[in-house]
Amino acid sequence: MAVRCRNCGAKYLPPKPVCTNCYSRRLEWISLKPTGRLITYTIIHVAPERFQQFVPYAYGIVEFEDGLRLPGMIRDIDHGEIQIGMELELSFEPAVEDWPKWPRYYFRPVKH
Amino acid sequence: MRGKPLVAVVSAGISKFGRMDAYTGRDLFLEAVDETFNRCPNLDPKMDIDAVFVGMMSEAFEHQGHVAPMLSHSAGLLSAPAIRTEVACASSAAALRLGIFSILSGMYDVVLVGGVEKMTKRTTPEATEFLGMAADFPFEQWTGVTFPGLYALMAMAHMHKYGTSEEQMGLVAVKNHHNGALNPKAHLQREVTLDKVLSSRMIAYPLKLYDCSLISDGASCAIITRPDIARKFTDTPVYIIGSGHGSDALGLFERDDLTSLMATRRAAKEAYEMAGIEPKDVDVAEVHDCFTIAEIMAYEDLGFCKPGEGGRFIEDGTPMLDGELPVNTSGGLKAKGHPVGATGIAQIYEIFLQLTGQADKRQVDGCRIGLAHNVGGSGASCFVHILRGEM
Repeated sequence: MAVRCRNCGAKYLPPKPVCTNCYSRRLEWISLKPTGRLITYTIIHVAPERFQQFVPYAYGIVEFEDGLRLPGMIRDIDHGEIQIGMELELSFEPAVEDWPKWPRYYFRPVKH
Repeated sequence: MRGKPLVAVVSAGISKFGRMDAYTGRDLFLEAVDETFNRCPNLDPKMDIDAVFVGMMSEAFEHQGHVAPMLSHSAGLLSAPAIRTEVACASSAAALRLGIFSILSGMYDVVLVGGVEKMTKRTTPEATEFLGMAADFPFEQWTGVTFPGLYALMAMAHMHKYGTSEEQMGLVAVKNHHNGALNPKAHLQREVTLDKVLSSRMIAYPLKLYDCSLISDGASCAIITRPDIARKFTDTPVYIIGSGHGSDALGLFERDDLTSLMATRRAAKEAYEMAGIEPKDVDVAEVHDCFTIAEIMAYEDLGFCKPGEGGRFIEDGTPMLDGELPVNTSGGLKAKGHPVGATGIAQIYEIFLQLTGQADKRQVDGCRIGLAHNVGGSGASCFVHILRGEM
């Protein structure tokens, strides 16, 4: 989900309460297609304690429709196969104890 | 306003940078303050200092908040009111900018600005986490990215768009280690070879250990005054003639361009216009090389070369100590070290030494215009200051 400004049409992900383009507060929810294109990535080898169990892990920024972007881990893929420009889909897993309340998400290759 | 001195820098000092086990943050700050006053015997610490602005990024390292009065008191400056500034790794450039404002407002005549960070008591994962607090909490910190990771994302985008290579990034490390080896205050005073850089262990692909700046302890200090009274304190003042500041979205993913920092471009434009100079007029620069890719992007965003040509700029040798525009003569964050809160004023210290002919083995002959570029976080904050010497 993202938001669209009902005044100027600008879209935001993550959702915002105020439009940085026209300062309007009249924003509405819109849904996005959960697949996008990988625009950059890295493989992280040194991480804070909480993520040390996952190293080395792939991490990238995915661009959805209208240029909206999210960063996150890339899973279920051999690191050697990751390429800028590839299509990835957003996937969720349930929140676990000691984790923030919002759902955890990650990216994985699109299954055709 | 163009080219008119905003303030004068009449003295500056830094502590030794490095792993300073026996020293707390307040000890390091005192060391920097001591050098500053020793360089300028005409200054009276008790009588002359109207106010203190000090930058520090994180309370977490030493479990110490409310540091401005504490640092000021520890340095014997209890009579001067003190404020702390925080914009991540650009915290002390922010202290300088507020110090400049306070003098331009007419409120103060002589101000002590500085910065400090005591980082090495913590483990690397702890330091990584504390530094990571300068990234967006829900979408960056809690999805597993680190600061090397954020700059690695920029490096990959830069490589993909412009063909920048790991070797070109490695040359930045080789250059800055060469300069650091000539700086007795530097954390690492040794040269490295390109092979050593390229074969060092991976931190966040494509950034390796030697692409990353250091986790260091250190403090920095400078005295700024109204330009017209500077000669009361020293025969060789340096003038700040341009100050620029830019902000951007906190999250890297929320910015349009991943190969350039808009905050740097905005800060540079403001500073160049105020100073009435162009990038080609700069004789020596200290830029924010928290990672080697950051220095390459700085060459481009500061206008030293065109976008995408930063890799070739270092390959051609232009920013070397004996090149046309020496960059990071101090060794930079890479070799001198990066006690984050101290870095901005430590850059001013190096430019002060260069413009007053006191940089010893690192001295750039005949330099008159110097530039300092300090970035906060992954680029949501940036400060550019332009200094002019009288030589």
